[in-house]
Amino acid sequence: MSAGPHYTLYHPRWYRHRVSVWWWLKKGSYALFVLRELTSVFVAFVAMVYLWQVRAIGQGPEAYGQFLARLKTPPFLLLNAITFVFVLFHAITWLNLTPAAMVVRLRGKRVPDWAILGANYAAWLLLSIAVAFVLLRG
Amino acid sequence: MPSTVALTVARYRPERDSEPSFETYEVPYRKDWVVLDALNHVKDNLDGSLSFRWSCRMGVCGSCGMKVNGTPKLTCATFLSDYLPGPIRVEPLDYFPVIRDLVVDITDFVRKLKQVKPWIIRKEEKTTGAGEYLQTPDQLDTYKQFSMCINCMLCYSACPIYGLEPSFIGPAAIALAQRYNMDSRDEGAGERLKILSEHDGIWQCTFVGECTKVCPKHVDPAGAIQQYKLTAATHWVKSLLLPWGTR
Repeated sequence: MSAGPHYTLYHPRWYRHRVSVWWWLKKGSYALFVLRELTSVFVAFVAMVYLWQVRAIGQGPEAYGQFLARLKTPPFLLLNAITFVFVLFHAITWLNLTPAAMVVRLRGKRVPDWAILGANYAAWLLLSIAVAFVLLRG
Repeated sequence: MPSTVALTVARYRPERDSEPSFETYEVPYRKDWVVLDALNHVKDNLDGSLSFRWSCRMGVCGSCGMKVNGTPKLTCATFLSDYLPGPIRVEPLDYFPVIRDLVVDITDFVRKLKQVKPWIIRKEEKTTGAGEYLQTPDQLDTYKQFSMCINCMLCYSACPIYGLEPSFIGPAAIALAQRYNMDSRDEGAGERLKILSEHDGIWQCTFVGECTKVCPKHVDPAGAIQQYKLTAATHWVKSLLLPWGTR
């Protein structure tokens, strides 16, 4: 017997390609996907800040004052700016995917993607205006 | 316009290679040639040992799926003219074990496809004498897109989740399950729910969306999976609220 690879006609010797840890750098769309998944960390951060805010309000005006003062420090301002960019990216990329997941049928016909997308963006805009109105009124 | 174009083809000869390597062939450039024509030119004139699968040459059989310059493509529908001046790199589909050169082992896909029962299931079959199962054009329209799948497996090759988690049932099998779930003549959605809503079913999908981008028949497997996630989640909520109602 030779020392060559074990291979017979009826038992193929497959070559199995291993997936590199860096697979997501091979294509722009893969990298965007991983970035979109990573945005969840920043969404979680926003939720944590809200919880922290609720706790500070519960502890009284002094604690809330401290909370606001801490938010105004440069590290927090920087972190919030980065978070804002990522949360915006999160919202836009997910909204853009809604037509694939939402199938709405009117009179037996599927509502076109642009209508679903438009409705989602319109709802987002209206809600944002409503929130801005409530916040900026006082 | 060039008279030839370089075709860099992945070669793997299991009887002598331990891993794939590349070989470059100069093939004549013709405006109306697709990558498959160039491969056939190599096989007929330059190197008869080159192995690849093909059959219909018209985007119907789904046999000639390969990676062309890194993107999964049907080589019978991929024109050389779109890749000028070359070289054009042709490789076997990703994530499937390579048997030889550009030929991959598709056993895993075929097994998964069978698991989702892609056929019409009836609780009680009508006799032939009782007539056909009727369907309106609107009912046909709900699943027609998913029925266009030709099992070419380009979507598997584009799906990094399938690469990382080989147990994932995968895009085409789920789209074809949806094709039957949404068919008004089918009554087998309950039977498919178990396999589809398991960990290796729809919930493995993180919506990379590449399967839909590479699909040559515009089936939109990513859409099928997300739509089924909604169905499965609704079923789960119902089974919590009305445990007796979902049996």
